[in-house]
Amino acid sequence: MALDVARIRQDFPILHQEMNGHPLVYLDNAATTQKPRQVIQALVEYYEGYNANVHRGIHTLAERATDAYEGARAKIARFIGSPSPNQVVFTRNGTEALNMIAYGWLRQRLRPGDVIVTSGMEHHSNLIPWQQAAQAAGAQIKYIELLPDGTLNQEHYDRLLAEGNVRFVAFSGASNVLGTLNPIKEMVAKAHQVGAKVAVDAVQVVPHMPVNVVDWDADWIAAAGHKMLAPTGTGFLWGKMELLEEMEPTYFGGSMISEAHLSGAKWAECPAKFEAGTPNIADFIAFGAAVDYLSSLGMENVYAHEKALTEYAWERLSEIGGIRLFGPRQPRAGLISFDVEGIHPHDLSAVLNADGVAIRVGHHCAQPLMEILDVPATNRASFYIYNTQAEIDRLVESLLHAKEFFGYDV
Amino acid sequence: MTSEARHPVNLSALYQQVILDHYKKPRNKGAVERAVLKKHLHNPTCGDDVEVQVSLGEDGRIDDVKWNGRGCSISMASASMMSVALKGKTLAEAQELMQSFYRMIQGEEGNYKALGEIQALSGVSKFPVRIKCATLAWHCLEEGMKEYEGGDANG
Ligand SMILES: Cc1ncc(COP(=O)(O)O)c(C=O)c1O
Repeated sequence: MALDVARIRQDFPILHQEMNGHPLVYLDNAATTQKPRQVIQALVEYYEGYNANVHRGIHTLAERATDAYEGARAKIARFIGSPSPNQVVFTRNGTEALNMIAYGWLRQRLRPGDVIVTSGMEHHSNLIPWQQAAQAAGAQIKYIELLPDGTLNQEHYDRLLAEGNVRFVAFSGASNVLGTLNPIKEMVAKAHQVGAKVAVDAVQVVPHMPVNVVDWDADWIAAAGHKMLAPTGTGFLWGKMELLEEMEPTYFGGSMISEAHLSGAKWAECPAKFEAGTPNIADFIAFGAAVDYLSSLGMENVYAHEKALTEYAWERLSEIGGIRLFGPRQPRAGLISFDVEGIHPHDLSAVLNADGVAIRVGHHCAQPLMEILDVPATNRASFYIYNTQAEIDRLVESLLHAKEFFGYDV
Repeated sequence: MTSEARHPVNLSALYQQVILDHYKKPRNKGAVERAVLKKHLHNPTCGDDVEVQVSLGEDGRIDDVKWNGRGCSISMASASMMSVALKGKTLAEAQELMQSFYRMIQGEEGNYKALGEIQALSGVSKFPVRIKCATLAWHCLEEGMKEYEGGDANG
Protein backbone atom coordinates (compact mmCIF):
# COMPACT_ATOMS: atom_id res chain seq x y z
CA MET A 1 0.00 0.00 0.00
CA ALA A 2 1.36 3.39 -0.92
CA LEU A 3 2.12 5.72 1.97
CA ASP A 4 -0.21 8.66 2.40
CA VAL A 5 2.65 11.12 2.42
CA ALA A 6 0.49 14.24 2.66
CA ARG A 7 -1.02 12.90 5.86
CA ILE A 8 2.32 11.75 7.20
CA ARG A 9 3.76 15.21 6.66
CA GLN A 10 1.07 16.71 8.86
CA ASP A 11 2.53 14.72 11.73
CA PHE A 12 5.92 16.42 11.40
CA PRO A 13 5.72 20.02 12.65
CA ILE A 14 9.36 20.75 11.77
CA LEU A 15 8.77 20.19 8.06
CA HIS A 16 6.37 23.12 7.83
CA GLN A 17 8.87 25.91 8.01
CA GLU A 18 10.65 28.11 5.59
CA MET A 19 14.38 27.79 5.30
CA ASN A 20 16.11 30.81 3.83
CA GLY A 21 12.90 31.87 2.19
CA HIS A 22 11.98 28.47 0.74
CA PRO A 23 9.91 25.61 2.09
CA LEU A 24 12.34 23.30 3.89
CA VAL A 25 13.37 20.15 2.03
CA TYR A 26 14.96 17.80 4.55
CA LEU A 27 17.13 15.17 2.87
CA ASP A 28 19.53 14.33 5.69
CA ASN A 29 17.61 11.42 7.15
CA ALA A 30 20.56 9.06 7.26
CA ALA A 31 22.09 11.38 9.87
CA THR A 32 18.93 11.60 11.94
CA THR A 33 15.25 11.67 11.05
CA GLN A 34 12.63 14.17 12.11
CA LYS A 35 10.18 13.30 14.88
CA PRO A 36 6.41 13.08 14.50
CA ARG A 37 3.98 14.71 16.93
CA GLN A 38 3.16 11.28 18.34
CA VAL A 39 6.76 10.84 19.48
CA ILE A 40 7.04 14.35 20.87
CA GLN A 41 3.69 13.83 22.59
CA ALA A 42 4.98 10.66 24.27
CA LEU A 43 7.74 12.74 25.85
CA VAL A 44 5.29 15.37 27.02
CA GLU A 45 2.88 12.79 28.45
CA TYR A 46 5.66 11.12 30.39
CA TYR A 47 7.06 14.32 31.86
CA GLU A 48 3.63 15.81 32.56
CA GLY A 49 1.91 12.64 33.67
CA TYR A 50 4.14 9.91 35.08
CA ASN A 51 7.75 10.98 35.39
CA ALA A 52 9.44 8.60 37.85
CA ASN A 53 12.47 6.37 37.98
CA VAL A 54 12.04 2.85 36.67
CA HIS A 55 12.57 -0.53 38.33
CA ARG A 56 12.80 1.08 41.76
CA GLY A 57 9.74 2.58 43.39
CA ILE A 58 6.61 0.73 44.43
CA HIS A 59 4.43 3.77 43.94
CA THR A 60 2.05 4.08 41.02
CA LEU A 61 4.04 6.62 39.04
CA ALA A 62 7.08 4.37 39.15
CA GLU A 63 4.99 1.43 38.03
CA ARG A 64 3.55 3.39 35.12
CA ALA A 65 7.00 4.57 34.08
CA THR A 66 8.41 1.05 34.32
CA ASP A 67 5.52 -0.40 32.32
CA ALA A 68 5.95 2.17 29.58
CA TYR A 69 9.73 1.77 29.49
CA GLU A 70 9.58 -2.02 29.36
CA GLY A 71 6.62 -1.76 26.98
CA ALA A 72 8.86 0.12 24.56
CA ARG A 73 11.40 -2.68 24.77
CA ALA A 74 8.71 -5.21 23.90
CA LYS A 75 7.59 -3.11 20.92
CA ILE A 76 11.13 -2.85 19.60
CA ALA A 77 11.66 -6.60 20.13
CA ARG A 78 8.52 -7.36 18.11
CA PHE A 79 9.57 -4.87 15.45
CA ILE A 80 12.78 -6.77 14.73
CA GLY A 81 11.41 -10.26 15.37
CA SER A 82 13.37 -10.86 18.58
CA PRO A 83 12.30 -14.02 20.43
CA SER A 84 12.40 -12.09 23.71
CA PRO A 85 12.37 -8.43 24.78
CA ASN A 86 15.23 -9.27 27.12
CA GLN A 87 17.55 -9.53 24.13
CA VAL A 88 17.12 -5.83 23.43
CA VAL A 89 19.66 -3.75 25.34
CA PHE A 90 19.10 -0.01 25.32
CA THR A 91 22.08 2.17 24.43
CA ARG A 92 22.69 5.84 23.74
CA ASN A 93 23.14 5.30 20.01
CA GLY A 94 24.40 2.80 17.44
CA THR A 95 28.01 3.50 18.34
CA GLU A 96 27.58 2.53 21.97
CA ALA A 97 25.93 -0.74 20.97
CA LEU A 98 28.93 -1.70 18.81
CA ASN A 99 31.37 -0.72 21.54
CA MET A 100 29.54 -2.93 24.03
CA ILE A 101 30.32 -5.94 21.83
CA ALA A 102 33.97 -4.92 21.68
CA TYR A 103 34.29 -4.35 25.42
CA GLY A 104 31.92 -7.00 26.66
CA TRP A 105 32.84 -9.92 24.43
CA LEU A 106 35.57 -9.42 21.83
CA ARG A 107 38.37 -8.00 23.96
CA GLN A 108 38.15 -10.87 26.46
CA ARG A 109 38.51 -13.47 23.70
CA LEU A 110 40.80 -12.00 21.10
CA ARG A 111 44.28 -13.59 21.01
CA PRO A 112 47.41 -12.77 19.02
CA GLY A 113 47.02 -14.25 15.56
CA ASP A 114 43.23 -14.07 15.61
CA VAL A 115 41.58 -12.40 12.66
CA ILE A 116 38.72 -9.92 12.48
CA VAL A 117 37.04 -9.53 9.10
CA THR A 118 35.25 -6.33 8.19
CA SER A 119 35.18 -4.02 5.15
CA GLY A 120 36.35 -0.66 3.88
CA MET A 121 32.80 0.66 3.53
CA GLU A 122 32.15 0.75 7.27
CA HIS A 123 31.11 3.72 9.33
CA HIS A 124 33.87 4.61 11.84
CA SER A 125 31.61 3.25 14.57
CA ASN A 126 31.78 -0.18 12.98
CA LEU A 127 35.53 0.01 12.47
CA ILE A 128 37.41 1.81 15.22
CA PRO A 129 36.10 -0.40 18.08
CA TRP A 130 37.45 -3.45 16.23
CA GLN A 131 40.73 -1.76 15.29
CA GLN A 132 41.26 -0.85 18.92
CA ALA A 133 40.46 -4.34 20.13
CA ALA A 134 42.76 -5.87 17.51
CA GLN A 135 45.61 -3.56 18.47
CA ALA A 136 45.23 -4.35 22.14
CA ALA A 137 45.30 -8.09 21.47
CA GLY A 138 47.84 -8.23 18.66
CA ALA A 139 45.13 -9.59 16.39
CA GLN A 140 44.81 -8.83 12.70
CA ILE A 141 42.04 -7.09 10.74
CA LYS A 142 41.30 -8.09 7.18
CA TYR A 143 39.10 -6.02 4.89
CA ILE A 144 36.71 -7.42 2.34
CA GLU A 145 37.45 -5.88 -1.04
CA LEU A 146 35.06 -3.32 -2.48
CA LEU A 147 34.06 -3.85 -6.11
CA PRO A 148 33.80 -0.88 -8.48
CA ASP A 149 29.99 -0.99 -8.29
CA GLY A 150 30.13 -0.42 -4.54
CA THR A 151 29.28 -3.97 -3.47
CA LEU A 152 31.51 -6.24 -1.43
CA ASN A 153 33.49 -8.87 -3.29
CA GLN A 154 31.87 -12.01 -1.91
CA GLU A 155 34.56 -14.28 -3.36
CA HIS A 156 37.18 -12.28 -1.56
CA TYR A 157 35.13 -12.62 1.61
CA ASP A 158 35.10 -16.41 1.11
CA ARG A 159 38.86 -16.38 0.70
CA LEU A 160 39.41 -14.32 3.86
CA LEU A 161 37.26 -16.73 5.83
CA ALA A 162 39.11 -19.70 4.34
CA GLU A 163 42.48 -18.27 5.35
CA GLY A 164 41.61 -19.24 8.89
CA ASN A 165 41.66 -17.92 12.48
CA VAL A 166 38.65 -15.69 11.90
CA ARG A 167 37.05 -15.11 15.28
CA PHE A 168 34.83 -12.18 14.52
CA VAL A 169 33.12 -10.59 11.51
CA ALA A 170 31.47 -7.17 11.44
CA PHE A 171 29.77 -5.54 8.47
CA SER A 172 26.98 -3.12 7.79
CA GLY A 173 23.64 -4.28 6.48
CA ALA A 174 23.39 -1.06 4.51
CA SER A 175 26.18 1.39 3.77
CA ASN A 176 25.47 4.94 4.91
CA VAL A 177 27.48 6.29 1.97
CA LEU A 178 27.13 3.88 -0.92
CA GLY A 179 23.62 2.72 -0.12
CA THR A 180 24.80 -0.84 -0.77
CA LEU A 181 22.57 -3.50 0.77
CA ASN A 182 24.86 -6.32 1.77
CA PRO A 183 23.52 -9.89 1.66
CA ILE A 184 23.19 -10.18 5.44
CA LYS A 185 21.88 -13.70 5.73
CA GLU A 186 24.46 -15.21 3.39
CA MET A 187 27.36 -13.35 4.92
CA VAL A 188 26.33 -14.37 8.43
CA ALA A 189 25.97 -18.01 7.43
CA LYS A 190 29.42 -18.08 5.81
CA ALA A 191 31.03 -16.62 8.93
CA HIS A 192 29.29 -19.19 11.10
CA GLN A 193 30.62 -21.99 8.91
CA VAL A 194 34.16 -21.09 10.00
CA GLY A 195 33.10 -20.67 13.63
CA ALA A 196 33.24 -16.86 13.72
CA LYS A 197 30.74 -14.68 15.53
CA VAL A 198 29.07 -11.90 13.56
CA ALA A 199 27.91 -8.39 14.38
CA VAL A 200 25.70 -6.62 11.85
CA ASP A 201 25.67 -2.84 11.89
CA ALA A 202 21.96 -2.47 11.13
CA VAL A 203 21.81 1.25 11.83
CA GLN A 204 20.79 2.03 8.24
CA VAL A 205 18.59 -1.06 7.89
CA VAL A 206 16.17 -1.20 10.80
CA PRO A 207 14.57 2.21 10.03
CA HIS A 208 13.90 1.36 6.41
CA MET A 209 12.68 -2.19 5.85
CA PRO A 210 11.18 -5.23 7.57
CA VAL A 211 13.76 -6.91 9.78
CA ASN A 212 13.79 -10.34 11.30
CA VAL A 213 16.81 -11.03 13.46
CA VAL A 214 16.05 -14.74 13.71
CA ASP A 215 16.08 -15.01 9.94
CA TRP A 216 19.39 -13.12 9.71
CA ASP A 217 20.87 -15.34 12.42
CA ALA A 218 23.50 -12.68 13.30
CA ASP A 219 24.97 -12.90 16.78
CA TRP A 220 24.48 -9.20 17.44
CA ILE A 221 22.92 -6.28 15.66
CA ALA A 222 23.27 -2.58 16.43
CA ALA A 223 20.67 0.06 15.61
CA ALA A 224 19.87 3.70 16.38
CA GLY A 225 16.43 4.96 17.40
CA HIS A 226 17.13 8.54 16.38
CA LYS A 227 17.37 7.43 12.76
CA MET A 228 13.85 5.99 12.92
CA LEU A 229 11.72 8.84 14.28
CA ALA A 230 12.77 8.42 17.94
CA PRO A 231 14.55 11.09 20.00
CA THR A 232 18.32 11.40 20.05
CA GLY A 233 19.96 9.44 22.84
CA THR A 234 18.36 6.17 21.75
CA GLY A 235 19.88 3.07 20.22
CA PHE A 236 19.99 -0.60 20.98
CA LEU A 237 22.08 -3.71 20.93
CA TRP A 238 20.31 -6.93 20.11
CA GLY A 239 22.08 -10.21 20.80
CA LYS A 240 21.53 -13.91 20.96
CA MET A 241 20.70 -14.73 24.54
CA GLU A 242 23.60 -17.09 25.13
CA LEU A 243 26.03 -14.43 23.95
CA LEU A 244 24.46 -11.69 26.01
CA GLU A 245 24.77 -14.00 29.00
CA GLU A 246 28.41 -14.64 28.21
CA MET A 247 29.20 -10.95 27.81
CA GLU A 248 30.65 -8.71 30.48
CA PRO A 249 28.80 -5.51 31.30
CA THR A 250 30.45 -2.30 30.08
CA TYR A 251 29.32 -0.18 33.02
CA PHE A 252 28.97 -1.16 36.64
CA GLY A 253 26.83 0.19 39.48
CA GLY A 254 23.18 0.60 40.28
CA SER A 255 20.44 -1.39 38.52
CA MET A 256 22.82 -3.90 36.95
CA ILE A 257 23.43 -6.25 39.89
CA SER A 258 21.35 -9.04 41.35
CA GLU A 259 23.36 -9.11 44.58
CA ALA A 260 26.03 -6.82 45.94
CA HIS A 261 28.22 -7.46 48.98
CA LEU A 262 31.37 -5.91 50.33
CA SER A 263 33.15 -8.95 48.96
CA GLY A 264 31.76 -8.62 45.43
CA ALA A 265 28.63 -8.71 43.29
CA LYS A 266 26.62 -10.79 40.85
CA TRP A 267 25.14 -9.37 37.71
CA ALA A 268 21.44 -9.05 37.03
CA GLU A 269 19.79 -10.90 34.16
CA CYS A 270 19.80 -9.40 30.65
CA PRO A 271 19.10 -6.71 29.73
CA ALA A 272 19.43 -5.06 33.19
CA LYS A 273 23.03 -6.27 33.36
CA PHE A 274 23.88 -3.83 30.56
CA GLU A 275 21.85 -0.86 31.74
CA ALA A 276 23.64 0.52 34.78
CA GLY A 277 22.18 3.61 36.38
CA THR A 278 19.02 5.54 35.63
CA PRO A 279 18.30 5.03 31.95
CA ASN A 280 17.04 7.48 29.34
CA ILE A 281 13.44 6.69 30.29
CA ALA A 282 11.48 9.33 28.42
CA ASP A 283 13.34 8.94 25.15
CA PHE A 284 12.92 5.17 25.09
CA ILE A 285 9.22 5.46 25.83
CA ALA A 286 9.11 7.80 22.84
CA PHE A 287 11.14 5.25 20.86
CA GLY A 288 8.23 2.89 21.53
CA ALA A 289 5.87 5.49 20.06
CA ALA A 290 8.15 5.77 17.01
CA VAL A 291 7.98 2.02 16.49
CA ASP A 292 4.18 2.18 16.78
CA TYR A 293 4.16 4.87 14.14
CA LEU A 294 6.33 2.89 11.72
CA SER A 295 4.44 -0.33 12.40
CA SER A 296 1.15 1.35 11.58
CA LEU A 297 2.59 2.42 8.22
CA GLY A 298 3.96 -1.07 7.59
CA MET A 299 7.66 -1.53 6.95
CA GLU A 300 7.07 -3.09 3.51
CA ASN A 301 5.33 0.15 2.56
CA VAL A 302 8.12 2.25 4.02
CA TYR A 303 10.64 0.28 1.98
CA ALA A 304 8.57 0.52 -1.21
CA HIS A 305 8.15 4.28 -0.76
CA GLU A 306 11.87 4.84 -0.30
CA LYS A 307 12.69 2.52 -3.16
CA ALA A 308 10.45 4.42 -5.56
CA LEU A 309 11.83 7.77 -4.40
CA THR A 310 15.39 6.56 -4.74
CA GLU A 311 14.80 5.24 -8.23
CA TYR A 312 13.24 8.54 -9.21
CA ALA A 313 16.13 10.46 -7.65
CA TRP A 314 18.68 8.26 -9.41
CA GLU A 315 17.05 8.98 -12.73
CA ARG A 316 16.72 12.70 -12.18
CA LEU A 317 20.24 13.10 -10.79
CA SER A 318 21.68 11.16 -13.73
CA GLU A 319 20.40 13.89 -16.05
CA ILE A 320 22.83 16.37 -14.53
CA GLY A 321 26.05 16.80 -16.47
CA GLY A 322 29.28 16.00 -14.61
CA ILE A 323 27.55 14.14 -11.81
CA ARG A 324 28.91 10.90 -10.40
CA LEU A 325 26.57 8.70 -8.37
CA PHE A 326 28.19 6.27 -5.95
CA GLY A 327 27.20 2.69 -5.24
CA PRO A 328 24.97 0.20 -7.01
CA ARG A 329 21.77 1.36 -8.68
CA GLN A 330 19.67 -1.46 -7.28
CA PRO A 331 19.21 -2.88 -4.79
CA ARG A 332 20.09 0.06 -2.61
CA ALA A 333 19.09 1.82 0.56
CA GLY A 334 17.13 5.07 0.40
CA LEU A 335 20.08 7.37 -0.02
CA ILE A 336 22.33 8.55 -2.83
CA SER A 337 25.85 9.93 -2.50
CA PHE A 338 27.13 11.95 -5.41
CA ASP A 339 29.84 14.22 -6.65
CA VAL A 340 29.37 17.14 -9.03
CA GLU A 341 32.44 17.78 -11.12
CA GLY A 342 34.13 21.06 -10.29
CA ILE A 343 32.00 21.87 -7.26
CA HIS A 344 33.28 20.89 -3.85
CA PRO A 345 30.57 19.43 -1.57
CA HIS A 346 30.90 22.37 0.82
CA ASP A 347 30.19 24.83 -1.94
CA LEU A 348 27.37 22.73 -3.26
CA SER A 349 25.66 22.44 0.07
CA ALA A 350 26.00 26.17 0.67
CA VAL A 351 23.94 26.82 -2.45
CA LEU A 352 21.47 24.05 -1.63
CA ASN A 353 21.08 25.44 1.87
CA ALA A 354 20.35 28.87 0.49
CA ASP A 355 17.61 27.19 -1.55
CA GLY A 356 16.20 25.53 1.57
CA VAL A 357 17.49 22.05 0.72
CA ALA A 358 19.29 20.22 3.55
CA ILE A 359 21.68 17.46 2.54
CA ARG A 360 24.78 16.11 4.23
CA VAL A 361 28.25 16.74 2.87
CA GLY A 362 31.57 15.48 4.14
CA HIS A 363 33.12 12.11 4.79
CA HIS A 364 30.04 10.67 6.54
CA CYS A 365 32.22 9.11 9.24
CA ALA A 366 33.69 6.83 6.59
CA GLN A 367 37.12 8.25 5.84
CA PRO A 368 38.61 4.93 4.70
CA LEU A 369 35.83 4.69 2.14
CA MET A 370 36.55 8.22 0.92
CA GLU A 371 40.14 7.10 0.35
CA ILE A 372 38.98 4.04 -1.58
CA LEU A 373 36.67 6.19 -3.72
CA ASP A 374 39.46 8.77 -4.01
CA VAL A 375 37.25 11.72 -3.16
CA PRO A 376 37.78 14.20 -0.31
CA ALA A 377 34.09 14.19 0.51
CA THR A 378 30.72 13.45 -1.05
CA ASN A 379 27.25 14.93 -1.09
CA ARG A 380 24.49 12.70 0.23
CA ALA A 381 20.73 12.97 -0.09
CA SER A 382 18.85 10.50 2.10
CA PHE A 383 15.13 9.90 2.08
CA TYR A 384 12.42 8.92 4.49
CA ILE A 385 8.69 8.43 4.80
CA TYR A 386 7.79 12.12 4.47
CA ASN A 387 9.86 12.90 1.38
CA THR A 388 8.23 13.42 -2.02
CA GLN A 389 9.15 13.42 -5.69
CA ALA A 390 8.52 17.16 -5.69
CA GLU A 391 11.28 17.51 -3.10
CA ILE A 392 13.66 15.57 -5.30
CA ASP A 393 12.77 17.98 -8.10
CA ARG A 394 13.74 20.79 -5.74
CA LEU A 395 17.06 19.07 -5.10
CA VAL A 396 17.74 18.76 -8.83
CA GLU A 397 16.71 22.35 -9.46
CA SER A 398 19.03 23.55 -6.74
CA LEU A 399 21.91 21.45 -8.09
CA LEU A 400 21.44 23.14 -11.45
CA HIS A 401 21.39 26.46 -9.65
CA ALA A 402 24.71 25.57 -8.00
CA LYS A 403 26.27 24.70 -11.35
CA GLU A 404 25.11 27.97 -12.78
CA PHE A 405 26.30 29.88 -9.72
CA PHE A 406 29.79 28.46 -10.02
CA GLY A 407 29.80 29.20 -13.70
CA TYR A 408 29.30 25.83 -15.33
CA ASP A 409 27.01 25.07 -18.26
CA VAL A 410 23.78 23.49 -17.13
CA MET B 1 14.31 28.71 14.93
CA THR B 2 17.90 29.79 14.61
CA SER B 3 18.73 33.28 13.45
CA GLU B 4 19.99 31.83 10.20
CA ALA B 5 16.62 30.32 9.51
CA ARG B 6 14.98 33.70 9.93
CA HIS B 7 17.51 35.63 7.87
CA PRO B 8 17.93 34.15 4.44
CA VAL B 9 21.47 33.16 3.61
CA ASN B 10 23.07 35.69 1.32
CA LEU B 11 25.08 33.60 -1.12
CA SER B 12 26.77 36.53 -2.79
CA ALA B 13 28.04 37.74 0.58
CA LEU B 14 29.90 34.47 0.95
CA TYR B 15 30.95 34.04 -2.63
CA GLN B 16 32.06 37.41 -3.90
CA GLN B 17 33.10 37.59 -7.53
CA VAL B 18 36.79 37.88 -6.73
CA ILE B 19 36.59 34.59 -4.77
CA LEU B 20 35.03 32.76 -7.67
CA ASP B 21 37.64 34.30 -9.95
CA HIS B 22 40.54 33.01 -7.85
CA TYR B 23 38.84 29.64 -7.57
CA LYS B 24 38.43 29.31 -11.33
CA LYS B 25 41.81 30.82 -12.18
CA PRO B 26 44.06 30.01 -9.25
CA ARG B 27 47.25 32.07 -9.08
CA ASN B 28 50.65 30.69 -8.15
CA LYS B 29 49.88 27.02 -8.17
CA GLY B 30 52.93 24.77 -8.16
CA ALA B 31 56.22 24.55 -6.30
CA VAL B 32 58.96 27.13 -5.72
CA GLU B 33 62.57 26.38 -6.50
CA ARG B 34 64.35 26.87 -3.22
CA ALA B 35 61.63 26.64 -0.62
CA VAL B 36 62.80 27.64 2.83
CA LEU B 37 59.36 27.25 4.22
CA LYS B 38 57.07 24.44 3.25
CA LYS B 39 53.97 23.14 4.97
CA HIS B 40 51.22 20.71 4.03
CA LEU B 41 47.99 20.66 6.03
CA HIS B 42 44.82 18.66 5.71
CA ASN B 43 41.40 19.29 7.15
CA PRO B 44 39.90 15.83 7.58
CA THR B 45 36.37 17.04 8.27
CA CYS B 46 35.92 18.40 4.76
CA GLY B 47 38.90 16.90 2.96
CA ASP B 48 40.52 20.24 2.15
CA ASP B 49 44.20 19.79 1.46
CA VAL B 50 46.75 22.57 0.94
CA GLU B 51 50.52 22.85 0.68
CA VAL B 52 52.26 26.20 0.73
CA GLN B 53 55.88 26.82 -0.26
CA VAL B 54 57.78 30.05 0.23
CA SER B 55 61.24 31.15 -0.81
CA LEU B 56 63.14 34.18 0.43
CA GLY B 57 65.31 36.56 -1.56
CA GLU B 58 68.71 37.87 -0.44
CA ASP B 59 67.01 40.87 1.12
CA GLY B 60 64.99 38.56 3.36
CA ARG B 61 61.77 39.32 1.54
CA ILE B 62 59.47 36.67 0.19
CA ASP B 63 60.37 36.33 -3.47
CA ASP B 64 58.14 33.43 -4.39
CA VAL B 65 55.06 31.72 -3.03
CA LYS B 66 53.47 28.67 -4.57
CA TRP B 67 50.72 26.40 -3.38
CA ASN B 68 48.95 23.22 -4.28
CA GLY B 69 45.87 21.51 -3.03
CA ARG B 70 42.30 20.57 -3.45
CA GLY B 71 39.23 21.69 -1.64
CA CYS B 72 36.28 24.02 -1.74
CA SER B 73 36.22 27.41 -3.45
CA ILE B 74 36.78 29.23 -0.16
CA SER B 75 39.94 27.31 0.73
CA MET B 76 41.34 27.43 -2.80
CA ALA B 77 40.58 31.11 -3.34
CA SER B 78 42.02 31.93 0.05
CA ALA B 79 45.28 30.13 -0.80
CA SER B 80 45.44 31.84 -4.17
CA MET B 81 44.83 35.33 -2.76
CA MET B 82 47.30 34.75 0.04
CA SER B 83 50.00 33.75 -2.42
CA VAL B 84 49.53 36.98 -4.31
CA ALA B 85 49.53 39.12 -1.18
CA LEU B 86 52.68 37.63 0.34
CA LYS B 87 55.09 38.39 -2.46
CA GLY B 88 57.62 41.02 -1.54
CA LYS B 89 56.75 40.98 2.16
CA THR B 90 59.18 40.34 4.98
CA LEU B 91 58.27 37.50 7.30
CA ALA B 92 57.35 40.05 9.96
CA GLU B 93 54.98 41.73 7.53
CA ALA B 94 53.56 38.36 6.54
CA GLN B 95 52.97 37.65 10.21
CA GLU B 96 51.14 40.94 10.59
CA LEU B 97 49.00 40.28 7.53
CA MET B 98 48.14 36.83 8.86
CA GLN B 99 47.06 38.15 12.27
CA SER B 100 44.95 40.75 10.55
CA PHE B 101 43.36 38.06 8.38
CA TYR B 102 42.59 35.90 11.44
CA ARG B 103 40.89 38.82 13.16
CA MET B 104 38.79 39.59 10.09
CA ILE B 105 37.73 35.99 9.59
CA GLN B 106 36.67 35.75 13.24
CA GLY B 107 34.36 38.69 12.59
CA GLU B 108 36.25 41.25 14.69
CA GLU B 109 35.53 44.86 13.81
CA GLY B 110 38.52 46.67 12.35
CA ASN B 111 40.22 48.23 9.41
CA TYR B 112 41.35 45.55 7.01
CA LYS B 113 42.33 47.68 4.04
CA ALA B 114 45.87 46.26 4.15
CA LEU B 115 44.41 42.89 3.18
CA GLY B 116 43.35 44.27 -0.20
CA GLU B 117 41.21 41.87 -2.22
CA ILE B 118 41.42 39.32 0.59
CA GLN B 119 38.75 41.40 2.29
CA ALA B 120 36.34 39.59 -0.01
CA LEU B 121 36.60 36.69 2.42
CA SER B 122 35.20 38.74 5.31
CA GLY B 123 31.73 37.29 4.64
CA VAL B 124 33.05 33.88 5.74
CA SER B 125 32.95 35.07 9.34
CA LYS B 126 29.16 34.67 9.20
CA PHE B 127 29.53 30.99 8.24
CA PRO B 128 31.39 29.46 11.18
CA VAL B 129 31.79 26.03 9.54
CA ARG B 130 33.62 27.62 6.64
CA ILE B 131 36.20 29.52 8.71
CA LYS B 132 38.45 26.46 8.72
CA CYS B 133 38.35 26.41 4.92
CA ALA B 134 39.40 30.04 4.67
CA THR B 135 42.23 29.71 7.18
CA LEU B 136 43.83 26.46 5.94
CA ALA B 137 46.46 28.07 3.67
CA TRP B 138 47.19 30.68 6.32
CA HIS B 139 47.74 27.93 8.88
CA CYS B 140 50.26 26.43 6.46
CA LEU B 141 52.04 29.77 6.41
CA GLU B 142 51.83 30.11 10.19
CA GLU B 143 53.21 26.66 10.94
CA GLY B 144 55.78 26.93 8.16
CA MET B 145 57.04 30.18 9.64
CA LYS B 146 57.19 28.66 13.10
CA GLU B 147 59.24 25.74 11.84
CA TYR B 148 61.50 28.06 9.85
CA GLU B 149 62.11 30.36 12.79
CA GLY B 150 62.54 27.42 15.16
CA GLY B 151 65.08 25.89 12.76
CA ASP B 152 66.88 29.20 12.47
CA ALA B 153 67.19 29.60 16.19
CA ASN B 154 68.47 26.07 16.63
CA GLY B 155 70.86 26.12 13.76
C1 LIG C 1 26.02 2.65 9.11
C2 LIG C 1 26.12 3.38 10.42
N1 LIG C 1 26.65 2.77 11.46
C3 LIG C 1 26.75 3.36 12.67
C4 LIG C 1 26.31 4.64 12.87
C5 LIG C 1 26.45 5.24 14.22
O1 LIG C 1 25.22 5.49 14.80
P1 LIG C 1 25.06 6.57 15.94
O2 LIG C 1 25.33 7.90 15.34
O3 LIG C 1 23.67 6.40 16.42
O4 LIG C 1 26.05 6.23 17.00
C6 LIG C 1 25.76 5.33 11.80
C7 LIG C 1 25.30 6.73 11.97
O5 LIG C 1 25.59 7.62 11.22
C8 LIG C 1 25.65 4.69 10.54
O6 LIG C 1 25.13 5.32 9.49
